[in-house]
Amino acid sequence: MRLTSRAALLCVAAAVSLTACAAGASRSDRTGPAEAPAKDAAFTLTVWSNYSDRELAAVTEAMETFREIYPDVTIEHQGSQDDDKITAGIRSGNPPDLALSFTTDNIGQFCSSGAFQELKPYLERDRVDLSQISEAVRSYTEFKGNRCAMPMLTDVNGLYYNAAMVEAAGISAPPRTTSELLEQAKKLTRRAPDGSLEVVGFLPSMPYYQNRPQIWAPNFGADWFGPDGRSGLADSPGWQEMFRFQKELVDFYGHDALERFRAGLGQEYSPDHAFHQGKIAMMVDGEFRTAFIKAQAPQVRFGTAPFPVADSVADTYGTGLTSGTIMGIPKGSKNPGAAWELIKYLSLDTDVIVQMSNAIKNVPNTRAALEDPRLEVDEQFRTFVDMARSDDLEGSPVTPIGDAHLKVVSDFATSWQAGQVPDLVEGLRAVDRQIDDQIAKSGK
Amino acid sequence: MTAALERVDTGRPAAPARGRSRARTRHRLTVLAFLAPAITGFVLFFGYPLVATVVFSFTRYDLINPPEFVGLANYLFMLDDPLFLTSIYNTLWLVVVVTISRVVFALGVASVIARLRSGVGLIRTLCYLPSLAPPVAATLVFFLVMRPNGGPLDTALGWFGLQGPLWFSDPDWAKPGLAVILLWVSGDLVIILLAAVLDVPQEQYEAAELDGAGALRRWWHITLPTISPVLLFGVVNSVIVALQLFTQAVVAGSAGSGAADVTGNTRNLGFPDNSTLTFPVWLYTQGFRYFDMGYAAAMATVLFVVSFAATAVLVQRMRRSSHQEEGGSGA
Repeated sequence: MRLTSRAALLCVAAAVSLTACAAGASRSDRTGPAEAPAKDAAFTLTVWSNYSDRELAAVTEAMETFREIYPDVTIEHQGSQDDDKITAGIRSGNPPDLALSFTTDNIGQFCSSGAFQELKPYLERDRVDLSQISEAVRSYTEFKGNRCAMPMLTDVNGLYYNAAMVEAAGISAPPRTTSELLEQAKKLTRRAPDGSLEVVGFLPSMPYYQNRPQIWAPNFGADWFGPDGRSGLADSPGWQEMFRFQKELVDFYGHDALERFRAGLGQEYSPDHAFHQGKIAMMVDGEFRTAFIKAQAPQVRFGTAPFPVADSVADTYGTGLTSGTIMGIPKGSKNPGAAWELIKYLSLDTDVIVQMSNAIKNVPNTRAALEDPRLEVDEQFRTFVDMARSDDLEGSPVTPIGDAHLKVVSDFATSWQAGQVPDLVEGLRAVDRQIDDQIAKSGK
Repeated sequence: MTAALERVDTGRPAAPARGRSRARTRHRLTVLAFLAPAITGFVLFFGYPLVATVVFSFTRYDLINPPEFVGLANYLFMLDDPLFLTSIYNTLWLVVVVTISRVVFALGVASVIARLRSGVGLIRTLCYLPSLAPPVAATLVFFLVMRPNGGPLDTALGWFGLQGPLWFSDPDWAKPGLAVILLWVSGDLVIILLAAVLDVPQEQYEAAELDGAGALRRWWHITLPTISPVLLFGVVNSVIVALQLFTQAVVAGSAGSGAADVTGNTRNLGFPDNSTLTFPVWLYTQGFRYFDMGYAAAMATVLFVVSFAATAVLVQRMRRSSHQEEGGSGA
């Protein structure tokens, strides 16, 4: 019995020590920037990204042009690696040299935890002029003054409309305000004799496709945080205007009818997407959709425009959310100096940015590349390029809690559109409390 | 007891006592050597993770930096976390519904197969095959079959003038949808229960038949008590399956929200309206999407304690009823 107790105690002590060691082992601090490799050095860089198929091949091809600077470099680009895998790689001490994250939601965690190394020493050493990147794009690649990532291209959200449907409805120009959007959405909606929805003018369900709070918020002037740094949705009139607009449209369709319609729609990145199938006439989406439509539904004639803004902020027409792929040097990267050289190349070199933008139809992230004559800009893509040039865009909200704040707002939107929230402002106050609690719990 | 015996001075020569002690030590070491692989595996893959989880549950831990001790803060936060309660409700709902339906369904199918005279092999194989289907693929297939507005099930119901539910798009139907998927893949339990049913001694049935017992009474008084240990296994297994439900819930929620082909953070976990937000899904979300592994560890500890307690109670009750049954038949 005594032996058993001792053995159990020994196990617990060993486990606690191992746990402490495992948690502490990941700490590795570097002071100052790592040296860049010599031009004639032979080295291998491992790069993880979440690209796949067509985009993976195109980005890999663009990365290969890094050989023009380092002829003996070997780049091992592995696609389909999401943020979970990047974090697991860092924890196991076997991260890639360079990590690309598809979402800007985690930048707060990556920067504040040190998962991505601070880039300021590299930027200062190489005297990088960050003003060539718009403020909005800069905002989603840093957290509280700690720049731990750089952008690789960028995404801009705008309005897509089915040109044939719009013409048939006698609409001469895309909506500029949410009131106009409401009117046009009603005109474009078609019902079957039994009252069910056949075509929806604008699908307001949230969360669905790109109907996400962070994507709609800039167009309503909705602020995430107050001046005190606390969640400020209830005190920002933009949120109330946004949810009232959404509810008005949901009520027009009828919540149950809209849910039945939505339940039968296809997946977001499949050829069955509702816009490809002509089931929705207008939607908000990123510029990358232009390539998807041309590849998956070339028969659809469509136009693009900035997404309408709320009537109260009508003078901000042309704004929208910008977010996109970010690149960082993970903690434990075996070749950080070379990784930084590749980041600099992909983020700031006009030639490669234009090449990648033409290949995967993302918006260039530097002013020089946006103006480059080699940039292939068709009628639909021009909307997004013009928006990016304007400096009117806003970046994603950055927090240390991943996408916890986005889920809380999306959950609220779900309850609100179903008519389960009696008091909008009180509901938003509860949302604020949840976001603040989650941030407080993170201790950051 | 052994130690007490060793201390007694028997007045005999010391050498044989030393020899006995050496033999005992050698015997213990031999036993330990044989047990070593199992003990190592247990300590490494169960003991260490379990203790580590409990230790982390008292810390703030972002997966990258060393954890900070925060006392009971993570446990107290559960009281303020509305989705913690939602996830508990969802998981309990699934535990009750899935356990009952899975065991009843498997037992029913096993009882029918046991009575078949031909084609048993084929039917047994057909019953078992779905349990081999990868959970992601199985869930997507069910999603497509149950899809409203054109899905095969909805179309078939339409022939009879009926309109199917919205399944994974309706908060009231998403959990029943998950239960249906879990029922479909319960072929492993069917096979186990079939073996138990076939193992019941035939002479007991014959004796009962001679005494005039009908089919129902024979099943109730002979089949059920005989297979009760296996049934207990089925219950415990089903409870654990429901408690750990993750993949199907994530896939169904993602597909329902039009994001089955989206990777990473843009997936809508819990869709619709958090009805598929099971306890493990919320635990994963807190740990890996919100980077709060301390809170996730606290949730895992709660899950472990509840699962352990539920299993212990079930085993205890089943043992007690089994003893009563034996006592009854003995009298």
